Amino acid sequence: MTAIPTQPRGRLLTEITRWPGSLKIGTVLFVLICLAGIFAPWLTPYGPNEQDLKNTLVAPSLAHPFGTDNFGRDVFARVLYGIRINLPFGIITTYVPMIYGVVLGALAGYWGGWFDAILMRILDVTVAFPFLVLIIVIVAILGPGIHNIYIAIFLTAWTMYARLARAEMLVERNKDYILAARTLGYGTGRIVFRHALPNVSNSSIIFSTSDFVLNIMLLSGLSFLGLGVAPPTPEWGAMIAEGRDFLFDAWWICTLPGLALVVTGTALCLIGDGLAQRLGERRHALV
Amino acid sequence: MHLSDPAKAVATAVPLLEVEDLVVEFRQRGRVVRAVNHVSLTLGQGETLGIVGESGSGKSVLCRSFLRLLPSPPAVVTASRISFNGQNLPDLTEDQMQAIRGTDISMVFQNPMGALNPVWPIGDQITEGEVVRGRLAPANRRKRAIELLTRVGIPAPELRVDEYPHQWSGGMVQRAVIAMAVAGAPKLILADEPTTALDVTIQNQILALLMELQAETGTALILVSHDLAVVAESCDRVAVMYAGRIMEIAPTDRIFVAPKHAYTLGLLGSIPRIEGGDQALEPIPGQPPNLADLPPGCPFAPRCRFASSACAGADMTLREVAPGHFSACIRANELGGVA
Repeated sequence: MTAIPTQPRGRLLTEITRWPGSLKIGTVLFVLICLAGIFAPWLTPYGPNEQDLKNTLVAPSLAHPFGTDNFGRDVFARVLYGIRINLPFGIITTYVPMIYGVVLGALAGYWGGWFDAILMRILDVTVAFPFLVLIIVIVAILGPGIHNIYIAIFLTAWTMYARLARAEMLVERNKDYILAARTLGYGTGRIVFRHALPNVSNSSIIFSTSDFVLNIMLLSGLSFLGLGVAPPTPEWGAMIAEGRDFLFDAWWICTLPGLALVVTGTALCLIGDGLAQRLGERRHALV
Repeated sequence: MHLSDPAKAVATAVPLLEVEDLVVEFRQRGRVVRAVNHVSLTLGQGETLGIVGESGSGKSVLCRSFLRLLPSPPAVVTASRISFNGQNLPDLTEDQMQAIRGTDISMVFQNPMGALNPVWPIGDQITEGEVVRGRLAPANRRKRAIELLTRVGIPAPELRVDEYPHQWSGGMVQRAVIAMAVAGAPKLILADEPTTALDVTIQNQILALLMELQAETGTALILVSHDLAVVAESCDRVAVMYAGRIMEIAPTDRIFVAPKHAYTLGLLGSIPRIEGGDQALEPIPGQPPNLADLPPGCPFAPRCRFASSACAGADMTLREVAPGHFSACIRANELGGVA
C-alpha cells in the first residue's frame, strides 16, 4: 500500500501562507521595528544624546527627518534608539510573568484544593491592589529607575496569565488524554508540563500580545509621570513629557515618538488578532 | 475461547485479578451516590471478561476504581480486597500504583480522538511510556513507534509516525491508542467501550485487533460495553451490571442461551433481531433507579416483570446456579424455561 504524504515536513512556508492578513501585516511591521532598533546606528548619523545647540527645535527636514528637540538632539535618532529601551522592556515584562503565571495557574487548575484556594486568594489581593499606588510605593522606597518598574510588574502581571491558564486547565484536566496519561503511569510534573501546558497556553499567548502593548504604554506613561526612566534616556514616554512644553512651537518632539508608540502598538495588536484567529480556529479566542 | 477449553481452565485457576466487595461512592454536599455496590469478581490470566450494562450502571467507574483513577474527593473506594497479580492494590502507595499503571494494567478509552494529546506527534505519544521508564533509548524511539504502529495495522507507518491525531481518522487513532496500551506489555487491559465511538465496520476491525493482540501476548482483557453483540463475539465470560451491582456473571455461551437473571433476560429481549419479523421489541419499562436513593433488595425489582414481593428484601449476593454461572436473582431457577 502506498500512502501519499499529506504535508511535507519543514512546513514554515505553508504555515505562513495560511496566516490571516492581520498576522502577516503585524509581523512585517514588528520585524521592521525590531530591525530599526537593532540597526539604529546605521540608520542615522546622530547619537541619541548628541546635542547641537545651534540647531534646536528644527522642523522635520532631510537632515533631520523628525526634526530636533530643544537641545538640538535628533528626534529620529532618539526614536530609533528608543526602540532599544521600549521593546526589550515590553518583552521582559510580558513574557517573564507569563511563564510563571501560566505554570502557577496550570498547577492550581490541575491540583485544585488548598493550593488553588491559596493561590487564587493571593491573586485576588494582587488584583485588588491599585498598580500605580504600588509602583509609587516601590519607587518611593527604592528610588526611580527601570529595575523598580520590573519588580512592580513582576509582582502583579502574572495574575491574568494564572487566571487564564487555570481556567483552561479546569477544562483540559477532564479530557481523556490527561486521563490516558495518568493511566499510563506518568507523574504529575510530566502530565502538567508536557501534556497539559501546550494545550492551556493558547489564550495566554494571545493575551500576551495585548499585554505587551499595555506594558510598553505603561513604561511610557510612568516615564511621562517621572516615575520611569531618568531623563536623558531616549524613552518614548519621557520624550513626549519633555516635548510637551514646546507643543505649539515644535509639535514633532511629542507627536513623532507618540506615533512610534502607536505604530508599535498597532503591529502587536494585529499580531494578537491574527494569532487569535489562527490558533483559535477550533477554540474561542479571548482577546 | 471458552471455559470448556482445558488450557483455559487451568489458566483461570490462578486468578490475575480478584475483587472482593468493592464499593465506590461519590460523596458530595451530603449526598451519597453509590456507583458500584458490593461487587466481587475474579479474572483469570489471559481471560476476557465482558462487562455489560446500560449507561450509568457503574461499568466505567468499576474499571477506573482498580487503577485509582477516580477523583477523590468526591469518590470513595472501599474494598475488602483488590488483589492483582499477588498484590493488594489498596495497600499500595501512590508511587507503587503509578508503576503499575501503564506497565501491568493499561486502558483503552471510548473516545479515541480525545485520548491522544492534540499537540504531539502520534509516534512520540505511543512510545513515551517506555522512554519515561527507561526501557527504550530515545534514539530508538522512532523505530519502536513504527514497529508498534505496524503491529496494530496502520498502513505506511514510517510516513504516519510523525503525524498528529487530527490528521487521522477515529479508527486509526483508536489503533494508536491500543498500540500505546500494549506497548508496555501489560498483564491486563481495561477497554472502556473501545468501539462505541466508531462506526460498525471499524468496530469489528478494532475488536478483531484486540483479540489478535490478546492471543499473541496472553494479556487478560476486561471489555466494557453496552453492546451485547460486541461482548458475545469476544468474551470468555460476561458480567451483567445494573445500578452498580453485578446481577449475573457466566460464561458467554451460557448467558446468551440460558440467562438466569430477569434483567439479563430483559436486555436480551430488547435487542432487535433480523429474523424476528415485524414483532415488536420488548423494551424494559421504567427507568434505572436513582443511585443516591437505592431501594432495598433487588434494584431491578420495580421494573421486573417477574418481580414478587420477596424481591424487595432479596439478598443480592451472587449464587451459583450452574457450574461457573452466578446470578443474584432469587427466582433464577424459575427463569430456566423462559429463554
